[in-house]
Amino acid sequence: MLSNLAKLIRYRGLIQSLVARELKARYRGSVLGFLWSFINPLLLLSIYTFVFTVVLPNRNPIAQPYAVFMFCGILPWNWFSSSLMEASGSLVAGGNLIKKVLFPAEILPIVNVLANMVHYFLGLLILVAFLVGYRHWPDPAGLAWFPVVVLVQLIFTTGLALFLSALTVHYRDIRDLLSNLLMFWFFATPIIYPWQDDNVRQYKWLFDLNPFTHIAVSYQEILFFPGPVGHAKWLLALGAASIVIFLGGYWFFDRLRDSFAEAV
Amino acid sequence: MNAIELDHVTKIYRRYSGRQFATLKSALLQRSILRDLTASETFPALTDVSFTVPKGSTYGVIGRNGSGKSTALKLVAGITKATSGSVKVEGRISALIELGAGFHPEISGRENVFINGIMLGLTKSQIQERFDDIVDFAELREFIDAPVKTYSSGMYMRLGFAVAIHVDPDVLLVDEVLAVGDEGFTHKCLDKFAEFRRRNKTILLVTHSLGLVERFCDEAVWIDEGRVMGHGDPKRMVDAYLTAVEKGEEQLLATTTAKAVEAARKGDGDRPHPVDGVAPGHARGAGSSDDGSEADGQGAPTETAADGETQLQNMFEATEGRWGSREIEITDVTLIDHAGEPSFVFHSGESMSVRVTVNAHAAISDFVFGIGLFNAEGVCCYGTNTYLEEMTPVKIEGTVQATFAIERLDLVEGTYKLDVAVHKRDGFPYDYHRLLYTFRVKSRTHDAGIYRPPHRWSFEGRVEFTDEVDKLT
Repeated sequence: MLSNLAKLIRYRGLIQSLVARELKARYRGSVLGFLWSFINPLLLLSIYTFVFTVVLPNRNPIAQPYAVFMFCGILPWNWFSSSLMEASGSLVAGGNLIKKVLFPAEILPIVNVLANMVHYFLGLLILVAFLVGYRHWPDPAGLAWFPVVVLVQLIFTTGLALFLSALTVHYRDIRDLLSNLLMFWFFATPIIYPWQDDNVRQYKWLFDLNPFTHIAVSYQEILFFPGPVGHAKWLLALGAASIVIFLGGYWFFDRLRDSFAEAV
Repeated sequence: MNAIELDHVTKIYRRYSGRQFATLKSALLQRSILRDLTASETFPALTDVSFTVPKGSTYGVIGRNGSGKSTALKLVAGITKATSGSVKVEGRISALIELGAGFHPEISGRENVFINGIMLGLTKSQIQERFDDIVDFAELREFIDAPVKTYSSGMYMRLGFAVAIHVDPDVLLVDEVLAVGDEGFTHKCLDKFAEFRRRNKTILLVTHSLGLVERFCDEAVWIDEGRVMGHGDPKRMVDAYLTAVEKGEEQLLATTTAKAVEAARKGDGDRPHPVDGVAPGHARGAGSSDDGSEADGQGAPTETAADGETQLQNMFEATEGRWGSREIEITDVTLIDHAGEPSFVFHSGESMSVRVTVNAHAAISDFVFGIGLFNAEGVCCYGTNTYLEEMTPVKIEGTVQATFAIERLDLVEGTYKLDVAVHKRDGFPYDYHRLLYTFRVKSRTHDAGIYRPPHRWSFEGRVEFTDEVDKLT
């Protein structure tokens, strides 16, 4: 396991250029190119804003301005869900590399997670623009927690991505199951409704079981609510759990590694 | 010092429950997750394989399709792990297994060169240094900034080859990739290999091009069904391999022939014998082309013309078959080689005999034995019969063995088929076996045409040749 981690560090140059390639290739041949990275979240934002401020207005005063509140949770969720969707198919799609080139297979799902992280960061620029536009200032002290929550999410997502990518080699329907599961998971996470809502608090213990609750709530506390970051305790606990998930996912991946070249 | 060492290596591929793609749903329903993820069947791709490749040598791996050559290469490359035994490799490896495997179609050739180079273990600055060489080698200067998806397959392969070869490995693994370019590019690749040799690098070459192995390799190993059949001098290995291939071919031809004869026997039983008809062979039959017109005048009652026509058609389609009245029946046809053994594979220039056993059910006075030799394109290479050779029949009765002996089978390499027939002088068939017997002619010389007349070359003036096979320059 340690040697595997060391190998990952050795391959950082490769990971770096593959992430760059992934980003370049995604918008190659489209007119707007990299602007899509902004346009997608903007469109999403305007739809959700319209639905939840005009059609089904969310009147909880704590979550105003609502568009900004929701955006704090949706951006990391997009990072999370697209990473898992892409990573789950990554080994099958990259079968040629695994079978024909001496290539550490775990790089493929990791590249997916990282490329989506870059997208997330680009999306953050829009969030910043909105924060400035609404003159809604988060607590500067809380911002120190931002790298922590990103790191926790990165480890958590990578662990799941490794696990899912290895399993998808053997069960091709994981992708379909996953897209349904992610939809359910999205609505079960306090992203489009505030965690502090009384109706939500009734089921607090249930929400506590959902790891992404803690990530989403942490982002909201850091970027949206005026400090302090009360969820830090949960976040650190999830961080510890994420390391376990990551190691477990990596172990599982490693166990199935030899079967990839044959089963892909 | 050895660059590559395989020590009692066994590679067992696992098959996962013989399914193609399992679904998690069915796995959950059948509670078979654990079973699915553990291998149920195994398949040995390599069994107890040992060989060593000395540093600086060029080593060939030969064997039939599916014999485990590529698996051996993948083990050396580290793409798969040996089930047992050890694989040791000294120095940096570059594997030319699948060219351009890591290319992304949407981005330019330039970017792909960088990423592919990094995948193969170079650093960015190293690639920068070699970039021009790579592009020149691939002959893609004008297209290097176009997306790779616009490349032709040849361009794609060339770029992949160029990158892989410029990694400057200590050990180069090559799996049947020399066929990627036109003649000129192939020569360039071979030149590059020769340069590798000069610089004392190790090359492991998996190929079906036996000439290349003989010319190029210092040593070779022959693998069959996952086992090492022998290693050493490439010429000796190639010969041993070819002998084994011949044996395999012989078995294959034996079964093909047996099947053809069997099918003809059955098919013949189904349709009426053209007893009253004209021998379909009369037009171009077993060497009876001369008396064809004669036969036309004599036989051919009109009522069976249609039947004769379809069979005539059959003949022009050169389909195999059997027909005749069977008053004289061909019971066996055996091809005999120079050693007197039944065989299906012959060498050009050796002798071949066709032994025909017939059974005449009554005493018959009008009979002709005929033989026709056809190549794979259906061209008649030779045809003759006893009547053409002025042997006037008197009487045949009971079981008779007729042997048609060819002293020197001076045919070029290829697959040939035999017509064997017994018929009347006018062409009326007793038993006509059309293209039922297949044999192969092998030759070390890859000359062209059909027939190789015994010949020799002579020169006057200042001309010099050497017996040595053309080594790569």
